[in-house]
This record gives sequence, structure tokens and C-alpha cells, in this order.
Amino acid sequence: MGKTTARKIFDSHCIDSPSEGIEVINLDAVFCHEITTPTAIIDLQERGKDRVFDPSKIKAVIDHVTPAKDSLTAEQGKVLREWAGRQNIKDFFDVGRNGVCHAIFPEKGFARPGYTIIMGDSHTCTHGAFGAFAAGVGTTDLEVGILKGICAFKSPETIRIKLTGTPSAAVSPKDIILHVISTIGTDGATNHVIEFTGSVIDAMSMEGRMTVCNMAVEAGATCGICYPDMTTVEYLWPFIKDEFVSKETALNEYRKFLPDTDADYAKDLKLDLTSLKPLATYGYKPDMVRPVEELSGIKVDQVYIGSCTNGRIEDLREAAAVLKNRKIADSVRVIVSPATPAVYRQALSEGLIDIFMDSGCCLTNPTCGACLGMSNGVLADGEVCVSTTNRNFNGRMGKGGMVHLVSPATAAATAVAGFLTTAENL
Amino acid sequence: MKDFSGKVLFLDRSDINTDEIIPAKYLTEITKKAMGPHLLEDLIMDGFDPQTNLDGIRVVVTRNNFGCGSSREHAPWALEVNNINLVIAPGFARIFRQNMFNCGMMAVEISEKEVDVLFEEYADKETTILTDFDAGTFTVSADSKKTILNFKISSFDAALVKAGGWVEYADENY
Ligand code: SF4
Repeated sequence: MGKTTARKIFDSHCIDSPSEGIEVINLDAVFCHEITTPTAIIDLQERGKDRVFDPSKIKAVIDHVTPAKDSLTAEQGKVLREWAGRQNIKDFFDVGRNGVCHAIFPEKGFARPGYTIIMGDSHTCTHGAFGAFAAGVGTTDLEVGILKGICAFKSPETIRIKLTGTPSAAVSPKDIILHVISTIGTDGATNHVIEFTGSVIDAMSMEGRMTVCNMAVEAGATCGICYPDMTTVEYLWPFIKDEFVSKETALNEYRKFLPDTDADYAKDLKLDLTSLKPLATYGYKPDMVRPVEELSGIKVDQVYIGSCTNGRIEDLREAAAVLKNRKIADSVRVIVSPATPAVYRQALSEGLIDIFMDSGCCLTNPTCGACLGMSNGVLADGEVCVSTTNRNFNGRMGKGGMVHLVSPATAAATAVAGFLTTAENL
Repeated sequence: MKDFSGKVLFLDRSDINTDEIIPAKYLTEITKKAMGPHLLEDLIMDGFDPQTNLDGIRVVVTRNNFGCGSSREHAPWALEVNNINLVIAPGFARIFRQNMFNCGMMAVEISEKEVDVLFEEYADKETTILTDFDAGTFTVSADSKKTILNFKISSFDAALVKAGGWVEYADENY
């Protein structure tokens, strides 16, 4: 039997198998943010092991609550900031240069085909869009990762999901991943890696692939993976141009992480997306999904456009295209949070920020903020938010609040209508 | 090694996520202890009241995919500071399960059928579970009823529990 992408990556990184089916792998990168890392840092200090395995392989950002909103969050930022200084971590992104972790790290070229990456954040699976094995972990795994550059995983079993057909122009990568999650369920890929493949992924930009891989964990997956291709190489080229003589050479090198044709899959799924419609979640679980038109009319208090799922430039373009020359409904407040400073600047130069402001949106600095109900747009009890984020859990954006997950286009259309609707129906 | 025996709380729902176990607003705390009073605060479930139902609890028995969602280790910590070191379910979200063993705690999978039986026969009674780690058995008892269940964890998970967690284990071995 041939090997999957994850199997090939594990083969090149495995240093030990402490018991059957468990592998300890070397890490190419450890990503850190200010919510889950400080506890690890303090524990390392208390153990007298305030060290890092390799400062050049550690990337850190303050993103969840930034600028700090109170003394506690200021303290978390301080612990991370001082640690980055002390440990000589050069890639540390502080206020003004910071963005949402899973948007800014790929933008800086830190995710590469064949890499092994961990972070104390469940949506680390986003970076699998580059053909990497990238997994969210808890603080203890992060702590050992920081100290020793290793992590233990179950041997990766893979589900292949082939996305085919010709989805309509109204359908975006967010609708596609919502469809996948509703098909396989919130535990449909638990302890598995998903390889996303097929003509729909082939035609998708890196940004779209990141949106898809971002939500793999909502189906329980350890990581979502897209195969490295010319799209991957083009995106990474500014960062790798000194390593390869040509883009073709880079691609040839990355091809070694493509799965074998007879690779061993735990499950093999094929989804034709031709008749797919814009989707929204309706309950407290990300697999509770229906076509927006069936939910149309749900009254909305807040619309949120941003996050590691849908806060990139293509997402803002998609939303702005709907909002152009329109006003948001009086009954709605709209918060737009570009995911990184570069996204913000690009949106500014393309005139998207003007469109958002003209239509009545509030713009925030790049941050996680309202996505996890910590700042910048927390919901009140009983309020409804239509959001481009990735979790509709009860209380996620504020105690007693209800969240409907949608694409940027649907979020923008909903902002104009004041109730859940698609851009086509405006 | 931690203690894995005592009074049981039954949570009759699948997909209980880490936001429900410990809401994000407490993630600004840097100490485990601060999580204590907020365990399961946002869990809305018929007949469950976090204020009164957690008293004296040492073990949680629940349904599939417990601990899904965020990677926050604050979820095991919130259990740990409430002296709950063992959760039993037919299945767990990967990160949560790993976090439990990484802390020297246990997230043990038993079959859906066995969990059904526990709910049917014990959920409405004051139940205790006695864990024999070396023998790999749970002795479930309430009133005059008694059930013995076998459980299996990998030798790696067992080593983590014995070492006190992944930091200690990794230190000894790598
Ligand atoms: S934007 Fe939301 S989902 Fe993404 S890393 Fe931040 S809090 Fe997590």
C-alpha cells in the first residue's frame, strides 16, 4: 500500500514510537499566541527550564485580545513579549504589526509543504493548506514543543475528500467547508487527517484553501491538507526564491509530499458541488447547516466579518462587492476586522475600507476579538450574530448569544437586509 | 499518580465542547486555580446546575465527542482543580483527550453500549466508580448494584499517567 501525504511527512520527521501507533515527531515550527503560551512559559520558568529548542523556529503573536483590554490581558501580552525578547525570538508580532495567527503566519511564509507545525490553538489545521502537517495542541504539548521541538501524535490515518463539479459563482470556500462538515459531522474526522482534493480545490486560491482547511477541526480532524501545486509555489515564491532556481524546481521538490496513487485511506469520499447553495449554520454545532434561503428572514443584531476563517483580502473583497453603493440596515451593526495589517493596507489601497465605512460598518484593528467573545463586539444575551468565523457554540461570541456561520458574501448581504439572506436575493 | 475514583456526574449529551467546559472569557487567567468556580458554567442541559451538581464529583461519564472545539487545556485544568481526573465516554475530541493524558489525567474510551448501560442503570442514582489502574477495571456501584468494566489505554498513555504528564515523560525520554 502506498503512503498518504501525512504518512510521508511523519516518515521524514519521526524520531520515536513509544508505543504501537504513537509517533514522536520533530517540529519545523512552533507557533504561539498570548492566550495559551504564557501558562507554558511560566511553567517552564518554575521548572527551571526557561529555554527554547530553536528561536528561529518559534513564531509568536499577540492576537486574541489586542490592544489589551484590561490588566489580565495586558499581563498575558507582557509575559509573551518579555519571553520573546529573552529567548531571542525574532518573529514576534506585537501591537501594530500583529494579526490573527492563522492569517499572519502564512502571510509571512512560515508554513511550507512538508512542514510539521504545532500551536496551542485548534485552528492550526489552517496551515495544512500548504501541504504541511499542522495540528492544534494544548498548553502541555506546546510547552514540550517549545522546549524540545517534538510532539507525540497517533500515527496519522487519512480521509480523502474529493471535491468535484462546478459550483455556482455564489458559492464560496466557506460554503464548501460547511457542506463538508454537515456531511461528515462534528466527529466525522476525529483523529484523522483530511486530504482535500479534486478539481474544486485545484482551482482554488491559497486563501480559499486556508478557509477550507481552517474548519477541518470542526469535523474533528487533526489537520486538513491540500496538495502543494503551482498555486502554492506562487504564493510562497517571495519567501523561497533564494532556495530554488525556478518555480518548477520548487514544485518538483514539494511533489515528494504528494500521496502515492495507491495510498491507504481510512475513508474515501467524493462530493459533487455543482448544485451547492450558499449555506448557514442554524444551531450550536458547526454541522447544523442549511441553505441560507431556508433560513432566510432570521433577524440579526450584529454582522461580523473577519477571523482566521474569513478575514483575508479575498474575503473582504467578496463582502465589499456586495456592500458597494449600499447601506447596512438601521437595525444592524457590522464589524469588519481585517485579519492582518497587510490585509488592512491592501483593503485601504483598493478602496474597500471606504466601501465598508460608506455603508456604515465599524472597522477594527486586526484581532480575534469578537470571534471568541473576548472583545470588540461581544454579544448581549438573546442577540443574534451572522458571522464569517468558524464556531457557533453556545456562548461563543457572548453568553446567551446566537451565531450563524456564513460566507463573507452572505454576511454582507445580511448586513444590508437586516435579516439572514444571500447576496443573490438582495 | 492522580486519584481516579469517586462520585460520578452523568452528562447525558454528546458534543459537549470546551467553550461549555470553560468559557473563553476566563482564558485571561494565568493560574489553573482561577478556573475552579467556572467549570461547566455555560453547559445548558435539562436538569444540570453547575452550582449544585458538581459537589464532591470525582468522575464524569458522558456521551461521544466530549471536549470538541478549542484546544484550551483550561478545560482539563478546570476539571483538575475540581479534583475530577477521569472522564469516561465512547469518544473524545483528539486535542482534549491528549491534553488530559498530558496532565497525567485520564480520558478513557469505553464502548457506546457500555456507556448506554451506565446511563440506564446508574444515571439516576448516587454512583461511585472505583478505578484499578493496574488491572484496568472500573467498579461502578450504587446502592446494592455493582458493575465491573474493563478498560484499555495505550502503554504510552499509561506511561504519561504514571510519569505525571508529558513534560515529565518527555524530560526522561528525549
Ligand atoms: S480568529 Fe477566532 S478561531 Fe481564529 S484563532 Fe482567533 S479566536 Fe481562534
